[in-house]
Amino acid sequence: MAHGPAKGFTRWLYTTNHKDIGSMYLWFSFAMFFLGGFFALVIRAELFQPGLQIVEPNFFNQMTTMHGLVMVFGAVMPAFVGLANWMVPMMIGAPDMALPRMNNWSFWILPFAFAMLASTLFMEGGAPNFGWTFYAPLSTTYAPASVTFFIFAVHIMGASSIMGAINIIATILNMRAPGMTLMKMPLFVWTWLITAYLLIAVMPVLAGVVTMMLMDIHFGTSFFDAAGGGDPVLFQHVFWFFGHPEVYIMILPAFGVVSAIIPTFARKPLFGYSSMVYATASIAFLSFIVWAHHMFTVGMPLFGELVFMYATMLIAIPTGVKVFNWVTTMFKGSMTFETPMLFSIAFVILFTIGGFSGLMLAIAPADFQYHDTYFVVAHFHYVLVPGAIFSITAAVYYWLPKWSGNMYDETMGKAHFWLAFIGLNVTFFPMHFSGLAGMPRRIPDYNPLWADWNMISSVGAFLFGAAQLLFLFIVIRTIIGGKKATAEVWEGSHGLEWTVPSPAPYHTFSTPPEVK
Amino acid sequence: MLSISRRSLGLLFAVAVAFLPALVYAGEWQLNMTEGVTSVSQSVFRLHMVILIICVVIGIVVFGVMFYSMYAHRKSRGAKAANFHESTTLEIIWTVIPFVILIAMAFPATSTLKKIYDTDNADLDILITGYQWKWKYEYLGEDVSFFSNLSEKSRQQIYSKAPKSADYLLDVDEPVLIPVGKKVRFLVTAADVIHSWWVPDIAVKRDAIPGYVNESWTLVEEPGTFVGQCAELCGKDHGFMPIVLKAVPQAEFDAWLAEKRAAATAIAEAAKQQLSFEELYAKGEEVYISRCAACHQDNGQGIPGVFPAIAGSAVATGDLASHLSVILNGVNGTAMQAFAEQLNPVESAAVTTFQRNAFGNNTGDIIQPIDIVNFQQDQ
Amino acid sequence: MNTQEKQAIRKSIARSLALVVAMFVFAMWVMPPLYNLFCEVTGLNGKTKGQYVPVSAEVDTSRLITVQFVGTNNENMTWGFKPKDFSLQVHPGQAVVTDFIAHNPSNAIMVGQAIPSLVPHNATDYFHKTECFCFNQQTLAPGETANLGLQFIVDQEVPRGVNTITLSYTLFDVTEAFPEAVALKQRELEEKENKNILSVR
Repeated sequence: MAHGPAKGFTRWLYTTNHKDIGSMYLWFSFAMFFLGGFFALVIRAELFQPGLQIVEPNFFNQMTTMHGLVMVFGAVMPAFVGLANWMVPMMIGAPDMALPRMNNWSFWILPFAFAMLASTLFMEGGAPNFGWTFYAPLSTTYAPASVTFFIFAVHIMGASSIMGAINIIATILNMRAPGMTLMKMPLFVWTWLITAYLLIAVMPVLAGVVTMMLMDIHFGTSFFDAAGGGDPVLFQHVFWFFGHPEVYIMILPAFGVVSAIIPTFARKPLFGYSSMVYATASIAFLSFIVWAHHMFTVGMPLFGELVFMYATMLIAIPTGVKVFNWVTTMFKGSMTFETPMLFSIAFVILFTIGGFSGLMLAIAPADFQYHDTYFVVAHFHYVLVPGAIFSITAAVYYWLPKWSGNMYDETMGKAHFWLAFIGLNVTFFPMHFSGLAGMPRRIPDYNPLWADWNMISSVGAFLFGAAQLLFLFIVIRTIIGGKKATAEVWEGSHGLEWTVPSPAPYHTFSTPPEVK
Repeated sequence: MLSISRRSLGLLFAVAVAFLPALVYAGEWQLNMTEGVTSVSQSVFRLHMVILIICVVIGIVVFGVMFYSMYAHRKSRGAKAANFHESTTLEIIWTVIPFVILIAMAFPATSTLKKIYDTDNADLDILITGYQWKWKYEYLGEDVSFFSNLSEKSRQQIYSKAPKSADYLLDVDEPVLIPVGKKVRFLVTAADVIHSWWVPDIAVKRDAIPGYVNESWTLVEEPGTFVGQCAELCGKDHGFMPIVLKAVPQAEFDAWLAEKRAAATAIAEAAKQQLSFEELYAKGEEVYISRCAACHQDNGQGIPGVFPAIAGSAVATGDLASHLSVILNGVNGTAMQAFAEQLNPVESAAVTTFQRNAFGNNTGDIIQPIDIVNFQQDQ
Repeated sequence: MNTQEKQAIRKSIARSLALVVAMFVFAMWVMPPLYNLFCEVTGLNGKTKGQYVPVSAEVDTSRLITVQFVGTNNENMTWGFKPKDFSLQVHPGQAVVTDFIAHNPSNAIMVGQAIPSLVPHNATDYFHKTECFCFNQQTLAPGETANLGLQFIVDQEVPRGVNTITLSYTLFDVTEAFPEAVALKQRELEEKENKNILSVR
């Protein structure tokens, strides 16, 4: 059993090892993060001042669309799947994932999907330019020819996510070490289990909606065309039925990561473990009944507006419970502030700010003023960048010593944190102001009234981008060498993953550990 | 550890300094939502302020506790970790308190929403139709309708050919007028993709959906000019289809309506005149720049694969009837709209003449307004 | 891995896959009809119902409802399309007949489909169409003008707060989707022409 990895490229092509596949997911996501970030910088460069200077409006729309798609499906989701691949078996004392070969496929189809998506940029007529929400009929009757490639790319990404999710469910439900009951599982495992269920529930809906688009475009159906008895608003309902759970898919595993890191550096057990589990489950449940809050202005009947407004406001409660629990975990702890902790604390603060603006957006009458402005852009970037991206970054710093066997450079890690933290706030905080002042989103050019805020945002974006180059450097340097890490790595660490040596051997827990 | 915290404080200070200019100019830089000019927009503004203040207060309390423990309970100050990790009482408290706050918030939100939905008994109905990338306004029962495009002045400023004015991208060739003190109902729809009609000062934002009609209303008490933009991504020039709404006294409004009707008659008269090639070409260039260049580009080259070129095109140099058909009737399933309703016969004749003679399309054809009228009748 | 564990894993996969398939079916074949039903019940999007068979003929003369008519063309529809009356005052329960006038200015046979939409949405349940040109496609010969008939009843139960109802039709060009209708019209026209030729002889 104790043989090591194969040599050369075929190791990566044929590997069924959860650690290898986890690493590939993480590197793939890192690459996509830089690609999506590059698109974002094109957007911010164009918006640096009013007028059109760098790109044409049509290309600008391609950039906003590709930025959203690449970040959501290429950077955030694969990163969390990579973390799950690495950590879930080690956290529950399993030797590997339940379905190692499917694990290999679910990774290797991803690069093809994104190669196909990226290739649309070079096609005649250009890449998809209808926004990552691809509302019909802009994405059907009025779409560029490349929309067909976009649809197939989404199908492949969806298949990959579904396979990954099934694998995670099968692993968590069946491969836990003796004594590892469900309510003893680390919260990261719990949040991933719930996320995996969300994935298999809504990725088929996404597949359904793009299939309906495909049929409308090529086979003469009219799901979304009023002329044939369809309805463009139906598209939005089906899309957001997928889309709202999707945003929780991107944040629930982040909750798990932060719930692992904060207790470690507060040297105090997580406060309210079981309420955290229940809160996660209720957030997941609520995510299925709030989708139409993305559509307050489409002209729903009053009754519908009210129902979706109330349901959306309810989400604040379990989310609040989570934040209160993290704060109470820190309270009366014995805290130190290593890089993973800094990112986690920033997560709690900034994610809460994003939650506040989310609560404001839930108030339907006020949403008539916020909807589709930069206020919304600020809101979801506050939830996703400090939420998903910061938690992934925190997770990398937290577990990198376990993966590579080397400690990262703490000073450089902290420098990365402060640059990213400042860059993020300088980029996205002014967007609240420009949005409230009336700047619509997805516009390539704007009135001088919003020029100052936009200029600040653009400067912040380039700072944030530069900070990520430093991150790449730190990660590579740590993998190459550095101070050797102990098995425990952190003073306050607890859990099965810290009982194996650093770096984690190629095969761990071939004989299951005993959990008391 | 202490040295690190000092360093972090230093960094925080640097951030504060970086933001200082922003604070100094806060008076000029609009930070907050507009209060607007109608009772609806004012109650929306109040809702916004209330929920904002609630969030800020909760934020201060939660982050206060957090920063306190980050300061007081740090290992470097010798803090020893406690071991408590559960309290059902606490969990219940912080579930119930937010719940109560939310319920308190739901009441004003519900009543404002009800007010927004009460569109009955309007004094005037305006049908607003979104097009790629302009708005059409139709005063129902008044026999007045017109298109409203981004103004020529703003269009000239996009590529920094001219310095940007204060109303850059927020001014139009034909503003939409409403009388003050009257309840005006807006019926909102679209002719191609989804748009969204938004004027912040009256807190009206309604999606314009092809095939379906949405409604909203406003009542402005004082005369004024209010600007807005399309708020739903609708393709290439989504950022270039502004709205200018003018509230004017009833008498002025009535005079304007009459003037609009007279102008329609004048256009019919003008269609009978003969124009010289130079007149047609110059007029056509104007029309081309404002109506065609967005897609077909200033140089007539189009965008390969997206919008066809005019220069050397088979349509613009070939059979006149099919060229007119493309311009007036559009091309189904493409972004090429029917311009029969959007251009008057003089403009159509001029732009056709221009397209057939500019960009090296030297056909020498001259098309008179009467040709357009005849073409439309013969179709 | 023992066989028991393998079986359990297989069960997890089977259950997950069943959920995946069920959700796909739900999105493709359940959500669209469910949505239409939901629209009909709540009046979402102002979708009006199909043909209505009147139940009671009692007219409520104590109330007058203003019904407005709006005709719009979708993108490249070149027809002229206008209501004959812009607005009518009707009593609830009264059967009302009105027309839309359509004119095909082009030199080809064209097929149009009108899609109704009604505001306010809470009135959709109380607006009944007994006859409507929107139930079918309309085919017009080149230069032909047609009066498109509409017959409706405003329900006696229409909510008190509703005093104005606006019925809007958006006209779509569906010529390409209905070649049979074009062919039929073509044949009609030819027959007419033949008859004319015969009668001239």
